[in-house]
Amino acid sequence: MTDFQFPLPKEEYMYPGHSACPGCGEPISMRMLLKALGPDTIMNVPAGCCAVIPGVWPTYSLKIPLIDHAFECTGAVSSGIRAALDHFGKEDVTVVGWAGDGGTADIGLQSLSGAVDRGTDMLYIMYDNEAYMNTGNQCSSATPCGANTTTTPGGKSHQRTKKDVMKMMIANGIVYGASLNPAFPEDFMEKVVTAKGIRGPKFLHILSPCPSGWKFDPRNTIKIARLATETGVFPLYEYRNGETIFTKDLKNRKPLEEYLRLQGRFKHLSQADVEGMQRVLDESIQKLLKEE
Amino acid sequence: MNYRDLPSMPVAAQSTESITTGDWRTIRPVLNKDLCDRCYHCWAFCPDVSVIVEEEGSFPKVDLNHCKGCGICSTECSKQAITMVREDL
Amino acid sequence: MIEASTGNYAAAQAARLAKADVVAVYPITPQTTISEYVASMVQKGEMNAEFLLMESEHSAMSALIGASTIGARTFTATSSHGLALMHEMLMWAVGARTPIVMPVAARAIGGPWNIWGDHQDAISERDTGWLQFFCENNQEVLDTILMAYRVAEDRNVMLPAMVVEDGFVLSHTVERIDIPDQEEVDAYLPKYSPEFFADTENPMRFGGLVTPDLWTEFRYRIAESHEISREKLKAAEKDFEKVFGRSYGSPVETYRCEDADAVLIAAGAVAGTAKEVADQLRMQGKKVGVARIRVFRPFPSEEIRKLVSSVPSVGVLDKSYTFGDGGAMFNEVRSAAGTLEIGSYIAGLGGRDVPPKVLIKIFNNILEKNRGTVWADLKGGDFDD
Repeated sequence: MTDFQFPLPKEEYMYPGHSACPGCGEPISMRMLLKALGPDTIMNVPAGCCAVIPGVWPTYSLKIPLIDHAFECTGAVSSGIRAALDHFGKEDVTVVGWAGDGGTADIGLQSLSGAVDRGTDMLYIMYDNEAYMNTGNQCSSATPCGANTTTTPGGKSHQRTKKDVMKMMIANGIVYGASLNPAFPEDFMEKVVTAKGIRGPKFLHILSPCPSGWKFDPRNTIKIARLATETGVFPLYEYRNGETIFTKDLKNRKPLEEYLRLQGRFKHLSQADVEGMQRVLDESIQKLLKEE
Repeated sequence: MNYRDLPSMPVAAQSTESITTGDWRTIRPVLNKDLCDRCYHCWAFCPDVSVIVEEEGSFPKVDLNHCKGCGICSTECSKQAITMVREDL
Repeated sequence: MIEASTGNYAAAQAARLAKADVVAVYPITPQTTISEYVASMVQKGEMNAEFLLMESEHSAMSALIGASTIGARTFTATSSHGLALMHEMLMWAVGARTPIVMPVAARAIGGPWNIWGDHQDAISERDTGWLQFFCENNQEVLDTILMAYRVAEDRNVMLPAMVVEDGFVLSHTVERIDIPDQEEVDAYLPKYSPEFFADTENPMRFGGLVTPDLWTEFRYRIAESHEISREKLKAAEKDFEKVFGRSYGSPVETYRCEDADAVLIAAGAVAGTAKEVADQLRMQGKKVGVARIRVFRPFPSEEIRKLVSSVPSVGVLDKSYTFGDGGAMFNEVRSAAGTLEIGSYIAGLGGRDVPPKVLIKIFNNILEKNRGTVWADLKGGDFDD
């Protein structure tokens, strides 16, 4: 055994030269995902950053087939791809629907629900940058309470809690669900490999920090992602056979403030606001721990 | 290129490697080999596939044609061996 | 085999005979029974297709775009609001060059609600880039779907095709039709074999971002394919006649137009009634004819130009209305013919029958060379008794 172990498989399924902003979380997760899945994968993407990042015709940044389509139909297109592959005896090819939080929690929710209901054997991934980032940071139903976006200027107008798409999908009938964070590559890879091995509709929720929308120095993407889990804002868990298991400790948490203060989208929050948010977070985690 | 050169379907298959995103960069990662313990976190977290490790054990190199200078490698380096240096005009 | 068949049964039989690989359905009146017939055939094993129950028409079209990109022959059917909901994906299917074939049981679009037939739904999609065929009878529905696959999947065409049957008038009306044998259809319709399809052995991106630098060129290629489809359809119909002994005079079927003083241009089932009325009027010494637009996209401009320049007076009957100036088909005809001397007639909206009485008034009006737009069956309108 060598001293120098790669933290991830060496094989690359992504080319450099793609169009993501510097420090974007999306390609980090995409790169890890494809390393875990390997080349027998066909992906479909709707509108969003994910449609821009892979490059401009005739260039293309991934080494797997990718099918583009309109905003609200990721689940439906995955169903169609799956059906055709099955018809041609290609059951071993993994179908991945990769969509943002707007494309999943808002405009694509019906189509996703339909695909889960149909029992489509797919890996549906919501890479969550918590707003409509491709159009320039507008509030989505996955935007957290208090965050500044261009349609919730000042952030205070946005007092709703983040839509819990995973809970909806569990009720809808997924066979596997998990939250993934690129700051924890081992956990990330394991969950993707597990999901790949299960037939049926799977839903993965990936946290995807966005330097330009969340307003932080692009060098801190992974640091902020890590803090999201360490503070309990983005718990890492796995859902299977009716049970949810947390895969990273939730009991010993860092203060929420460490996460919030690195991001310009929360800079308007007063100390009292932050304390209030900490209380809400603590309560919700107590509830989660009881459910486990 | 004119319309006759286009494929019958809008398919793209040419690698993005031909796109030099290196000129987006304002700061550049510089590695101090004396500090580097080759944990390859810089390689693992690079969004731009721009940290090159030729073989296990070798020091990471930066593909300056594509590195966008985000600095994640510098933040995630376990030994603080990477500093970000401002590019000249 | 001769069977009693509705238009919808004929359409479903065509899907079976074409051996569609993937079918995605969502119910809507008056298309619904097409989906039901296919469901039943798949369940009984008479049809070897993947059958997808969708949660909307938008998703049905989306699923087929995905399946078609894998290389599958695909089928769905819709009407009215379903077609309108699909609009976005109809555009996408064209740009993605996915040769989906879809019968449309044409119906009015609300509001207020109306479930009956006219051409508003199909006509409203005329700018999407789909090939559009209008059928006069149920045999033609079946035959046209087979021809549509042949043309749509041609490597020089690669465009989706819509086969329009009048809602209820054809979709739910029983006629005697000849359902061809599978062997004959297999000989006529080759397997779908696209030049490009999504394949893990040869990874490519389908439908990624195209900038202003080449967008025009991609759109032009679609326009070019439309042009190519004209000859491909003529050839497909000729071959069809050789195998099955039937043809429809694509793109414009003319009936007693050679020596006519007045010609009515129409599409769909109403053209059948118009032919009967033309026979009656000829017995009274009025020289009238009917030109039936069977192919609406690509529009048969050349054929229409020749026709209009060879007869003294022409009128166009639209079973839809385009808010602007006259009917949509009228506008196309006028533009192709390059003359203002054409009458526009609106009739048969929202399921209103177009009986001989109304058609006689229209023919007489064309003979009198009246111009402008006439709502021919409007209660309280110019033609009301």
